[in-house]
Amino acid sequence: MITAERKPLEEIIEYIRPFQKILLVGCNECVTVCAAGGRKEVGILSSLLQMSFLKQGKNLQIREHTLERQCDPEYIEELTNLIDGVDAILSMACGCGVQEISRRFRDKPVFPAVNTKFMGASERQGVWAERCQGCGDCLLGITGGICPISRCSKQLMNGPCGGSTKGKCEINPDVDCAWQLIWDRLKALGLEDRYERIIPAKDWRPGRGAGPRKIIREDLAE
Amino acid sequence: MKTESVLEKMLISGNLAVTSECGPPRGAVPEKVRQKAELLRGYVDAVNVTDNQTAMVRMSSFAAAVILRQLGIHPILQMVTRDRNRLAMQSDIIGAYSHDINTMMCLSGDHPQFGDHPMAASVHDIDSIQFVQMVKKMRDEGKFQGGADIENAPKMFIGAAANPFADPFELRVARLAKKIAAGADFIQTQCIYNLDKFEKWMEGVRNRGLHEKCYILAGVTPIKTVGMARYMKNKVPGMDVPQAVVDRMAGVPKEKQAEEGIKICVETIERLKQVKGVAGFHIMAIEWEQKVAEIVKRAGLYPRPDIGI
Repeated sequence: MITAERKPLEEIIEYIRPFQKILLVGCNECVTVCAAGGRKEVGILSSLLQMSFLKQGKNLQIREHTLERQCDPEYIEELTNLIDGVDAILSMACGCGVQEISRRFRDKPVFPAVNTKFMGASERQGVWAERCQGCGDCLLGITGGICPISRCSKQLMNGPCGGSTKGKCEINPDVDCAWQLIWDRLKALGLEDRYERIIPAKDWRPGRGAGPRKIIREDLAE
Repeated sequence: MKTESVLEKMLISGNLAVTSECGPPRGAVPEKVRQKAELLRGYVDAVNVTDNQTAMVRMSSFAAAVILRQLGIHPILQMVTRDRNRLAMQSDIIGAYSHDINTMMCLSGDHPQFGDHPMAASVHDIDSIQFVQMVKKMRDEGKFQGGADIENAPKMFIGAAANPFADPFELRVARLAKKIAAGADFIQTQCIYNLDKFEKWMEGVRNRGLHEKCYILAGVTPIKTVGMARYMKNKVPGMDVPQAVVDRMAGVPKEKQAEEGIKICVETIERLKQVKGVAGFHIMAIEWEQKVAEIVKRAGLYPRPDIGI
């Protein structure tokens, strides 16, 4: 999933300070799963903002709504019924959702209420960790199912650096050394020999190298 | 001979090679580079010029290496993948070669988090092994990494690093094999304090005949104080300083600790001379370059052999 964290309240307050009536929009997908911008978080942020402005003597009006998916124009259309009289929109979706809303409602200012972080997985309750950088040319088939691009701090493709210590990364003892994990896994699979095959320099074009990316499926595109 | 490198000549001659390093200054003070270099003249065969080591901005290794070259000292250009993409690296390599720099070290570099620009983006377009491959391709095929021909291809003697003390230990010989397969001509190791572990690693290296495919220079660093020993033992990832070394430093009065550190360093070199497959020494006297001459002399590595350079 795409993970996110709510922005500091002070930053959000500064965005919406000039406005009287706000539409606060959550998303039912990734940001709900990582507890950053779903229905529940929309309710909490709404209360926090109203209380905060009330202390300053301002009665901020907030209309709350959570979409099934903010990155999909089909669902964004739901907002047309709620947009009348709204001065600004505050989105709790990832950056994709924020941009879809601003593309649809060109005359309304749209602000992000979360910082979009990374593509990751849940390690345990309340903990999410990065797993993929979307390099566009997946190496997992030759690295034992563990990604060195997203999980090695130096993005090393051919083995651990000299700072790998007791299975941990030199930059932070809370971070696993990706190459220790890869090596352990190759061993468990009886594939140690695979380690010595050199992974050649990566072509970054399928990643960000060739500019903003787009997938066009001719069989589906209208 | 693959190159005109003096280091390559020394290694081929069968004599133990000696290299040291010069960390460029944090400012436009070329005289500091010259001062450090003069301390090493005649005592070492070639001098590593570090590239923004510990992820702190310093005079570029290329510029400092040119200063050394102008003094008639043979620089080993260090270059890290952290700060440059493949375009910048290759242009610096042909630039350096145009200034008679023919020996280099291909490294990934310390993570920015350890330096004074932790907010910087790391590049890591290629990794250290792919870097070695690239420099070899430039030299042996006369081609850029992207495939185009190079006019007067740079003939670099290619170095890489190895740390026998990092984890997982069982992978460390295989990692060396991979660097050699990529094209590394010589290796400089992490500083050695745990000799038993280093000897065990070298045994693995010899079992695969890797010492015959590549020259291995054993890394040593003299310890100045017991504080430095403790710091390296506890704080520097990938360093292995046995408690016995710390105790030995702690066992002498403060004013004699520097001498004890030099003694340990010289004894380490003497023992490493007995290890089959060690082709020389890389003496990293960090901000203590004035001691290199003494270490070289006391370790019986002086005068440097006359191989007609």
